[in-house]
Amino acid sequence: MINGEKLTVSASPHFRAKSSTRKIMLDVIIALVPALIASTVIFGLRALMITCVSVITCVLFEYVFRKLSKKSTTIGDLSAVVTGILLAFNLPSTIPVWMVILGDMFAIIIVKQFFGGIGQNFVNPAIAGRIFMLLSFSGRMSSWSEPCSGFMNLGGADAISGATPLVEESENLPSLIDMLLGIRGGCLGETCIIALLIGGIYLLFRKVITPVIPLSFICTVAVVMLIKGRGDFTFVAYQLMSGGLILGAIFMATDYATSPITFKGKIIFGIGCGLITCLIRLFGSLPEGVSYSIILMNILSPLIERATTPKPFGTVKEKKTKEAAKA
Amino acid sequence: MAENKKSLRYEFTKGIIKENPVLRLVLGTCPTLATSVSVTNSIGMGIAATIVLICSNIVISALRKVIPSKIRIPAYIVVIASFVTIVQMLVKAFVPALDDALGVYLPLIVVNCIILGRAEAFAGKNSVFASALDGLGMGIGFTFALIVMATVREILGSGTFLDGIDSLTKLFGVTSFTGFHIFSQPIGLMTMAPGGFLVFGLVMALANKVAEGKGKPKAELKGCAACPMAHSCALIDTDASCDNSGRESETE
Repeated sequence: MINGEKLTVSASPHFRAKSSTRKIMLDVIIALVPALIASTVIFGLRALMITCVSVITCVLFEYVFRKLSKKSTTIGDLSAVVTGILLAFNLPSTIPVWMVILGDMFAIIIVKQFFGGIGQNFVNPAIAGRIFMLLSFSGRMSSWSEPCSGFMNLGGADAISGATPLVEESENLPSLIDMLLGIRGGCLGETCIIALLIGGIYLLFRKVITPVIPLSFICTVAVVMLIKGRGDFTFVAYQLMSGGLILGAIFMATDYATSPITFKGKIIFGIGCGLITCLIRLFGSLPEGVSYSIILMNILSPLIERATTPKPFGTVKEKKTKEAAKA
Repeated sequence: MAENKKSLRYEFTKGIIKENPVLRLVLGTCPTLATSVSVTNSIGMGIAATIVLICSNIVISALRKVIPSKIRIPAYIVVIASFVTIVQMLVKAFVPALDDALGVYLPLIVVNCIILGRAEAFAGKNSVFASALDGLGMGIGFTFALIVMATVREILGSGTFLDGIDSLTKLFGVTSFTGFHIFSQPIGLMTMAPGGFLVFGLVMALANKVAEGKGKPKAELKGCAACPMAHSCALIDTDASCDNSGRESETE
């Protein structure tokens, strides 16, 4: 041990597990696979194609930007792949491919790389990309294709537009079982609740995410909707399973770079997301509020962190002695 | 004040890139974001603001020894407001379409901080001729920044270029050209406020690169010296800790 070469001195925390960005991102990708399979079954091969296009362009934009700005290449950490999948999951399957590429460009170059790359982005790139596309191409972004309308349909031009259950008249609602399985109109990845929950449980099991943010997010929505529906649990179930709530709560609100790290902060973050989602769904002119709620809370998370920073041991005592000295 | 040929040329050219009012001094942000949706509006806004800027700079500079310093701001506003009223009446009479498009932003030139800023920072201290050149340079810089931003925003956000330009060119008897229509599926975000801020930030970064790329590295400049307004700022003269010896232009 006296031999200096063998003695490794490093600052805490001392990880024994070989945790790295690449491993975490790989876990997230594995967790997203069930939802990807479900979306391919529900919306046909075009869903898979959109996801592949999105992933490839995200990685390509990241690589090209890092090369052009003469920085180290970061495509190996797989974060661009995750962004690509998540952005594609937030799009309807009828979306034209060039719009997907534009959304990827916005997410990777403007939101992520202009702010310094992975870990420096102030909002989740995939959500920012979705909101960019929602504001720019609102018509195309809300024309859902009918589920199971054709497995081999790659063109997407003859897709029928059907409303998402959030805006549909109550008599046309799909059954709760269909909602759970994802047989409804909607974005690629958000419809199949079971697949998303499987992914979420895998992430919890692998300790990639903690359950604090998803639970406080979903519970807040459930409570507000229960009050709004005057105790009608069917209404609550529809609200929880429609839109991108589960996808957003599990995969996007838990993004490390853009959510608070303290326990209290995570609860505030989740409740804030839930409240904004409910406000937009119930009182706003938009049918869906999950992406806006997450992006707004992303922007607030530095403030939340500052407010919930735990006091180091002994700080209070020091203050008291100072006051005593003044007196 | 020693006014040789070189410093006069500097007063004119500094406003275009080096001290561009919008991109480097970050003045007049509100009209910039609001009117850079279309190139036609930008040209109209730029010309209107430039005329007001030159005229108010000349008058304020001529009156700089008469105006008591304690009430100089109200006095400046009265001068600026007179010229804005004249310009607004002219626009209403000759280019009513532009008046509709610019809406409230045309009378708001009165409180445009570029014009008030140049009156305070330059015209109130310098000779009439130098102030006129400063106003012209700053006005061209403002128009240039507006047109650059509007080009990006109009092409991407509306799919057109120079749309509605005939409302301006018909003053010269040309009405046949009404702009290009490039594509039909535009990126709507670019015409909204977020798109404006986005393009503003990107163009600003580009202007910083152009203005500072050749000079000394930014790390050497600290505090007041890093500000593009450093040489005309009142703080510099009193604060000994700020170093402006590197500036060559102004010698009392």
